[in-house]
Amino acid sequence: MSSNTDATRYCEDVVKKFVLAAIFWGVVGFLAGDFIAWQLAFPALNLDLEWTSFGRLRPVHTSAVIFAFGGNILFSTSLYVVQRTSRAELFGGRGLGNFIFWNFQALIVVAALTYVLGFTSGQEYAEPEWWIDLWLTVIWVAYLIAFAGTIMKRKEPHIYVANWFFFSMILTVAMLHLGNNLAVPAALFGGSLMKSYNVFGGVQNAMTQWWYGHNAVGFFLTAGFLAMMYYFVPKRAERPVYSYRLSIVHFWALIFLYIWAGPHHLHYTALPDWAQTLGMTFSIMLWMPSWGGMINGLMTLSGAWDKLRTDPVMRFLVTSVAFYGMSTFEGPMMSIKAVNSLSHYTDWTVGHVHSGALGWVAFVTFGSLYYLVPKLWGRKEVYSLKLVGTHFWVATIGVVLYITAMWISGIMQGLMWRAYDSMGFLQYSFIETVEAMHPYYVIRALGGLLFVLGALVMVYNFVKTIKGDVAEESLAPAASGAR
Amino acid sequence: MSIFKHHAKLETNVFFLAVGILLTVIVGGLVEVVPLFTIESTIEKVEGVRPYSPLEQAGRDIYVREGCYNCHSQMVRPFKDEVERYGHYSLAAESKYDHPFQWGSKRTGPDLARVGGKYTDDWHTRHLINPRDVVPESIMPGYRHLLRPLDTSTIQANLQTLAVVGVPYTADQIKNAKADLVEQASSDSADAAVAARYPKAKMGDFDGNPKVVSEMDALVAYLQVLGTMVDFTTVKPESIRR
Repeated sequence: MSSNTDATRYCEDVVKKFVLAAIFWGVVGFLAGDFIAWQLAFPALNLDLEWTSFGRLRPVHTSAVIFAFGGNILFSTSLYVVQRTSRAELFGGRGLGNFIFWNFQALIVVAALTYVLGFTSGQEYAEPEWWIDLWLTVIWVAYLIAFAGTIMKRKEPHIYVANWFFFSMILTVAMLHLGNNLAVPAALFGGSLMKSYNVFGGVQNAMTQWWYGHNAVGFFLTAGFLAMMYYFVPKRAERPVYSYRLSIVHFWALIFLYIWAGPHHLHYTALPDWAQTLGMTFSIMLWMPSWGGMINGLMTLSGAWDKLRTDPVMRFLVTSVAFYGMSTFEGPMMSIKAVNSLSHYTDWTVGHVHSGALGWVAFVTFGSLYYLVPKLWGRKEVYSLKLVGTHFWVATIGVVLYITAMWISGIMQGLMWRAYDSMGFLQYSFIETVEAMHPYYVIRALGGLLFVLGALVMVYNFVKTIKGDVAEESLAPAASGAR
Repeated sequence: MSIFKHHAKLETNVFFLAVGILLTVIVGGLVEVVPLFTIESTIEKVEGVRPYSPLEQAGRDIYVREGCYNCHSQMVRPFKDEVERYGHYSLAAESKYDHPFQWGSKRTGPDLARVGGKYTDDWHTRHLINPRDVVPESIMPGYRHLLRPLDTSTIQANLQTLAVVGVPYTADQIKNAKADLVEQASSDSADAAVAARYPKAKMGDFDGNPKVVSEMDALVAYLQVLGTMVDFTTVKPESIRR
């Protein structure tokens, strides 16, 4: 890894913009999520308006957190890391960077508006209509050029491990995006510009959709964020990555196996059994490279474990890796068909996704941002490390409330659906199982609220950091044990 | 170990790295996705599955538009409790004309794969306007806006597009799309032309307002056909075994 003190000029203006956009969209996406969580507890919040129903707002939430928050943080960190670890200025410079930035932000706004207005391709996590998909393809190709171009300009002989992960994310997401969004616009036959039909239907469409959907998780939310782990954990811990060989083995195993895991979303459906069994088998195997990454991240702290006690930023990063380990154990377990027969269609899946999304993806992002923001704006440290600690605990309690509520409601609902009474009749009507969910939906929404509040504490901390303020407690020598 | 030494070739050349990554990630898709298009038993051979009538398809487009799939699945799994609660487990053949598929991934509300014929049109209409009028504990949003007139100007282009992606609409069906749509929502006659083109299509006014063909008419027509095309009393087990 190159040092930051050499003479190379880095293009940081674009990185800064992506960082600010990620923070902004993060708060928007969390708020949207919490709002729809309250809708499930109190249906009056749907307002009975067509634009505000759960069905139209949920894609706004998922796209905002995955693509707007996640996407902007991936753009910012990848373009930061690739310049630093290549000791080269961004290929295409500010011009290309700004092209990607402004197009991507505009695309987010347009996509969200179309969802609310009811224009959707109707496939989870791939809802944008055909011309938005094409627009995204142009942005993505520009991103590929900027990223790979910077690697080609590098002054370091080796491509750093974080860049393998970013690169695999960029290439694979391109493949998935194009494969899953093959659609014929109705406008070709005089229909609406806002309507298209996927070329695949029924069982084949189910498979392509989950080939895409699961790898949006596997590459966008895992490989890309592992890349962040591989840069920011060693940086913050001031220790080298634990094992180079482990990173090679787990990188190739991870990207090979992830692609096969999609059918575990289709267990016991009309997808042929052979495909389900393959999906289950590879999902279970996926446990190993996932934990390879977790071990490589955690063991990087060898000899620096004390930082966990003294540095709340490190606490975010380490906890994120721990959540990664937990949810990548839970995932393979849920992919076992017998377990899945209970968990599928229930809130257990929702809880699983959020232990990964909140505990892993968002926490590793927060940790990276707390490192990155002071660096980019030329401050020694974030405004207040104490507030980082506050954010950490508020958010952690929020996540724990969220996932435990969903474990209970999911498993309970799964069991209620299959319960028989002593006469041999189904014991519960469907609506009784819905009623039983209510308290857990309230707890989940409260957990989400804590998560939002934590993010707002972070926003305050960053505003002060960027302004150049330093909290009093950071100035007092006694309280600055953290440093 | 020498294998790690060779890895240096990949991590010092961005082209080798790109090719390595692409070759690695393409395998799973080739093995899992491609055979679904070539293995004949993927879709069972059963009688009765026909393309949606224009009114049903318009209703399906509304189902997609409102994001119903976020809370409702359309896939009954082969378990005793599901078969008792919803009906015969779903076959791949039953959704072969579904672009996009709407199997869903979450049952915040019940599965809808076999909802057709279970409730009256009137129940559906009242339920969609305000679910709590008929199911007090429901947490579903209300869809009063569906009472507005259905935009019928795009139905022919939509059917034509669906034909391109593989739904076997005939030229006759495409040409008469709009007329069939209106006729299905306003006629009770069993010898209407639309009934001949779409066997067993449910006829009539669905939303209780015969003056307009509304979005509600279309959505209810779609819900009422779900899961009813295959007559499971005549299906032979060997035709669905695979």
